[in-house]
Amino acid sequence: MATLALRADYHGDRKDSADKFGGAILVYINWDKHLFFYSAKAFPLDPNMPFAAVLEHVIGTHFCQHPEYKDIDWGTVEWSLNNEPFQPVMDKSLAENGFDHKCLLRFKTAEKSAFADAGV
Amino acid sequence: MSTKKLNLKDKYRLLTRDLDWDFSYEDRKDAFPFEEFEGIKITDWDKWEDPFRLTMDAYWKYQAEKEKKLYAIYDAFSQNNGHLNVTDARYVNAIKIFLTAVSPGELAAHSGFAFTGRHMGGIGARIAAQMQSLDELRHIQTQIHAMSHYNKFFDGFDEFSHMHDRVWYISVVKSFFDDARSAGPFEFMVAIGFSFEYVLTNLLFVPFMSGAAYNGDMATVTFGFSAQSDEARHMTLGLEIIKFLLEQHEDNVPIVQKWIDKWLWRGYRILTVVAMMMDYMLPQKVMSWKEAWELYFEQAGGALFKDLERYGIKMPDYTDLIKAEKEHLSHQAWWTFYTNSQATAFHTWIPSNQELDWLSEKYPETFDKYYRPRWEMAKEMADKGERYYNEGLPQLCQTCQIPMIYTDVQNDPRDIVYRSTKYQGERFHFCSDQCQHIFENEPEKYVHSWLPVHQIFQGNCGGPGGLEKVMDYYKLDVGKANMDYVGSPDEERWKTWKGVA
Repeated sequence: MATLALRADYHGDRKDSADKFGGAILVYINWDKHLFFYSAKAFPLDPNMPFAAVLEHVIGTHFCQHPEYKDIDWGTVEWSLNNEPFQPVMDKSLAENGFDHKCLLRFKTAEKSAFADAGV
Repeated sequence: MSTKKLNLKDKYRLLTRDLDWDFSYEDRKDAFPFEEFEGIKITDWDKWEDPFRLTMDAYWKYQAEKEKKLYAIYDAFSQNNGHLNVTDARYVNAIKIFLTAVSPGELAAHSGFAFTGRHMGGIGARIAAQMQSLDELRHIQTQIHAMSHYNKFFDGFDEFSHMHDRVWYISVVKSFFDDARSAGPFEFMVAIGFSFEYVLTNLLFVPFMSGAAYNGDMATVTFGFSAQSDEARHMTLGLEIIKFLLEQHEDNVPIVQKWIDKWLWRGYRILTVVAMMMDYMLPQKVMSWKEAWELYFEQAGGALFKDLERYGIKMPDYTDLIKAEKEHLSHQAWWTFYTNSQATAFHTWIPSNQELDWLSEKYPETFDKYYRPRWEMAKEMADKGERYYNEGLPQLCQTCQIPMIYTDVQNDPRDIVYRSTKYQGERFHFCSDQCQHIFENEPEKYVHSWLPVHQIFQGNCGGPGGLEKVMDYYKLDVGKANMDYVGSPDEERWKTWKGVA
């Protein structure tokens, strides 16, 4: 729908278009049902980065504060990319894995604890 | 020659009807260029019923007297070291939020009403908007003065105006008013005059002012009382504009409905911070957010929308959702600020056991199940000397700019709500269906939202160099004005004044 504007040529220049991040793409990452981290986190990442490096250096350093992080069985983790089921290929890059600008990566783990029941 | 003295009614009639210009050699449309593009049809401005009935000379006289009294009380408060009478220094953090996030909104409202006070075609409506514009300007001034005493003794107040254009959570309020002020005059009146001032204002001012009264903050209470007569006029104007627009032309009804749906949602999202203030920041609590919402929105708002039914206006269709969210809102917000307190201009803390029990009692359906465990975990960490601060930056909603913290309260409150849409090939993310619809109705307006997190990544907030640079850019005194209340300079000073070891 058209924006209600005084002038027919009114337009907004997209503030967060892909060209504004020095070659990086924005990736949002969330650990589902772990509201200890109150929301997904945003990262500007090099699309050539292998997924394994993201797991180690991005997820590994930003979600490890949760006391149950160390117990994650990564073999059973369920991933989704832009809310579609997704199976990452560890040694392939983000771009090769289908990541694009402002995409949403979510992972679901299956630990069983009172904190997990509460979604913490 | 006899000089007959005019009564107030005649004076007002002359001011609002007789003093207007007829445009004999200029096109009236050129004088009011903003009056038609929104699609609102006005057939007769003379049908406008003046809500204020106040002439300019009466306005000045009355406000001057009021302000004289107000400043006398501020002086007394200051000379008596009034800050020592608050219940606890933690309380002061509530008014830090007020000054940094609410007061600048008064200035924005001043500017918005000045705009409508120039650009609505009817002189009665213009005069009323101009008076409200002056009120809003007085409000930010009196608020700054009320807080200035606290500024001498507590951290976090001094850079409020610098922070307004920069700090991540303040962008939420700024963008709300920017959105309203960049709309046409009628949308602004429905947004701020009606939706905010008439429907939601009791949920903003009453909690802050009664919170102040319960917690011994005489400066803020006095300001609140002084502003009350203005607020009453503002509410009358908000209701008048709605009735006037709806009575003028039936084509106005769907436009007004759309604006009400948009602006009640935008305003409600802003109130998240009030919810948190009421439930977590007041040492002496007034009532829970849930109770306030039921009283001021579900009951009072329900009656209002019943009245508006005869014009064909309906309660927005998301009211079931907000009814469900009232069980969650404050807990989600305080946790967000608690864990991000390294980047706020106020202190946060873990609720005491007594407060946790109060929350359990007020929120029997949700608190023990979802929120108490978070505080237990935070406590465990703090006891080990590892007070938890979240690493990294949050994903934000493109429309309301609030971090994407809202969960699917009607299904599983442990799941964050994710909505997104593509526009011009780019993906945009939202916290709710409502924020998504607002974007989709006017994408050109929201594609250039200044989202603090993305701006930081683009290097526009102090340049590259990490969060330290960003804090400098915010002028945030890390370790003094922010982080945990326990161990802060505020706490230390408070203990010294109170003679507590």
